[in-house]
Amino acid sequence: MPQNLNKALEPFLIIVGSLTVSMVLFGMFVAAAGADPIEVYQTMYRAAFGTSFSWQNTLIRAAPLMLTALCTALPGYLGLIIIGGEGAVVMGGLFAAIAALTMPAAPPMVVLTTMALVGMVAGGVWLTIGGVLRHYRAVNETISSLLLNYIAIALLNHLVTSTFRDPESLNHPSTHHIGEANMIGVIPGTDLHWGLVFGIVACVIAWFLMHHTVFGFASQIAGGNVRAAQIAGLPVGRLILIICFVAGAAGGLAGMVEVAAIHGRANDTLNANYGYAGILVAFVARNNPLAIIPVAVLLGGIRASSGLLQRAHELPDATVLVMQGIIFLVILFSETLYGRFSRLQKQGVS
Amino acid sequence: MTDRVPPDLQAQGITKRFGPLVALKDVNFRLRSGQFHALLGENGAGKSTLVKCIMGYYHPDEGQILLDQQHVTIRSPRDAQAFGIGMVYQQFTLISNMTVLENLVISRAKLNPIINWQQEEAHLIQFMEKMPFKVSLSARVSSLAAGEKQKVEILKQLALQNRILILDEPTSVLTPQEADEMLGHLRAMTLAQQLSVLIITHKLREVAAFADEVTVLRKGQFVGSGKVSELKVSQMAEMMVGSEITAKPKQRTPRSTSVPKLVLQDIRIKDDLGVEVVRGVHLTIHEGEIVGVAGVSGNGQRELVEVLGGQRPATAGTIRVQDHLYQPTRKKIVRHKMVCLPEEPLQNTCVGHMTVAENLAFRNFDSAPHAMGGWLISRPALRRSAYGLIERYNIKPPYPDTPIRSLSGGNVQRAVLARELSADVEILIVANPCFGLDFLAMEEIRQQIVAVRNRGTAVLLVSEDLDEILELADRTVVMFNGQLVYETTSPAADLAVIGRHMTGHMA
Repeated sequence: MPQNLNKALEPFLIIVGSLTVSMVLFGMFVAAAGADPIEVYQTMYRAAFGTSFSWQNTLIRAAPLMLTALCTALPGYLGLIIIGGEGAVVMGGLFAAIAALTMPAAPPMVVLTTMALVGMVAGGVWLTIGGVLRHYRAVNETISSLLLNYIAIALLNHLVTSTFRDPESLNHPSTHHIGEANMIGVIPGTDLHWGLVFGIVACVIAWFLMHHTVFGFASQIAGGNVRAAQIAGLPVGRLILIICFVAGAAGGLAGMVEVAAIHGRANDTLNANYGYAGILVAFVARNNPLAIIPVAVLLGGIRASSGLLQRAHELPDATVLVMQGIIFLVILFSETLYGRFSRLQKQGVS
Repeated sequence: MTDRVPPDLQAQGITKRFGPLVALKDVNFRLRSGQFHALLGENGAGKSTLVKCIMGYYHPDEGQILLDQQHVTIRSPRDAQAFGIGMVYQQFTLISNMTVLENLVISRAKLNPIINWQQEEAHLIQFMEKMPFKVSLSARVSSLAAGEKQKVEILKQLALQNRILILDEPTSVLTPQEADEMLGHLRAMTLAQQLSVLIITHKLREVAAFADEVTVLRKGQFVGSGKVSELKVSQMAEMMVGSEITAKPKQRTPRSTSVPKLVLQDIRIKDDLGVEVVRGVHLTIHEGEIVGVAGVSGNGQRELVEVLGGQRPATAGTIRVQDHLYQPTRKKIVRHKMVCLPEEPLQNTCVGHMTVAENLAFRNFDSAPHAMGGWLISRPALRRSAYGLIERYNIKPPYPDTPIRSLSGGNVQRAVLARELSADVEILIVANPCFGLDFLAMEEIRQQIVAVRNRGTAVLLVSEDLDEILELADRTVVMFNGQLVYETTSPAADLAVIGRHMTGHMA
């Protein structure tokens, strides 16, 4: 039916258009910084997708973004704007590491499973706090989830400099190492760790949950019109809490992967802005969990190119953050364009 | 304020259409200089439309406005102000974190780029001295009581040199004492020929106490006017609601039993501002009975329906359904088959961007055949059920995949009826079901309601349309100020008595 086509076409055109506008703006920015925009984009492409090595680099960065994007995308189905992915990552990583350290003698499979579960519960509980405040006390969930990020980071810093500090981590306070045997390995034949698989699987499960289950259907009603959900007798509060928990669990899993696949310990590298970049991914993907996968890869590529950009064009490595910021602003602005293109609308009706 | 007398305002032959709906038909109205005139009518009678035509919000399709017998064209409220006509709205239009002085100054259409506050203040102090009532200029609006805010609204209009003041239900937010004080001041100013006042109200008590003349509208038409001193309150009530029951009661099967199905005991509800708007409602509805709740809107009906539908918690009281304590959870809704059709179905019970098929499934998406194994949604099953309902209830266009918000109002209402009434219903709560619908859709929906009643359903019908209630209900109760103040069976219904109770004029 033409309607369905248009329904998909409008967001597609608007997002592709926004990305194009962002690229033009960013091009102007690098030109002002004295670099040739065309060459910069070529470099970025090479650094992100040019070789199998750069692909792996990109995908490693994309993996946590997929999970943290779910922190924002899933509550989005209920009409909540939650930006607490960073806190969920930190809490998930911290408690996963602590869990591993409490069971030094257990076999690696048991340790990793426990870490994943503890990390997910920690992240889930963290975002659920925002959901509880929202539902029972009408506290704005965007503000509370943002502030919870800072509390999580403070808690992490406190614990790694006191109770759980490894005395040998001198100028970079960290927990003890969880043990090489307990690290998540790589996917055979690549340098990619299994975190990427977790990310993709989580997005597919999230999509299925929201679009094909009774729970997802109820959430869509509650998110679309809370009064309709109340008339239908749906437990809106419970839906909010469950969704916040599931979203936080995705972030917590990202934190656990950071610890178990990369750092081996919990320390302040956990707060590497994956949570905030995940917000951008969710916005660009319009909260659709399947769309999150390619968008996360794209943003992972942009982030992966920062080093080469610095070396090849003498641009500061924060340049990619400028690009990320431009995309964010243009995407936010593009939200106002939906329903404005009469040609798309008219075709939709006929 | 200049000392010229207020102009004489006349509206002649005003007709206003909104699409196929005729909101005003050939209405004549005259506000003489220095008069206190009341405009009466039920909800939807066209009172607001008439004053909006005078204020220039709407442009009448036919008819003209005369000021001192001169034809004038008023294109916008700003034009109206230039002619000295000002309006005070039902809701406050003050900025609450600013002071009274600031509010009065910024209401002027033209301000200097730099405001000389000292001069403005001196000016307004002078102005205040001539006013019959005082409000402290330095007070912050948020610290004022409702009555004082209303005074500031009026002062604002007077400071703008307006000589004709239109007030749209100005006392609905005031206590009776505040209302009397404010209307008394206005009355004094009209007697002094400083002002003409046109007041829209439902409260006959206020009309009888303060107005000189009254004009009554019903269903967009002029019904009559006259001097308040020559009319009895009962006559005004009769003019408002009409003297005869125009609609014939629907075909109905007589009730055989009187099993109570829904029992409300001492229900108390607070509105969003924390004001108790439902103050102890007791009501029993039996099997196969339609109980109509009549009343002017804003007397607690909406909140009552929200509580029964689960959109608002009650602060006190119990709801018993078939002798079980009831809360509107999904489980209990299904067990007791109690459904609610609130007003404005698209805003209240649908998700606009979801499809017709999805919206039709809100009651049963979590049971077979729509949910496989109790958790997996089957889209084909949703669409199959939707096709069935679309055909049975004649929903147009007949496509299950269109977003429901693209349907017309009547078709949205049909879809909601299909969803709620196609399964067994024991108890039905319905509010203003025909609001905004054309005659055919209206007739069809009323037939449906009577049909479920004839099948034994207990129906609570809340409506602002008295004709609708008298046409459908077996028993009518009148709600006023959060309480049920009068009850009658439909064969014995006396419109004049109902009208008096609706307007709080019990006698």
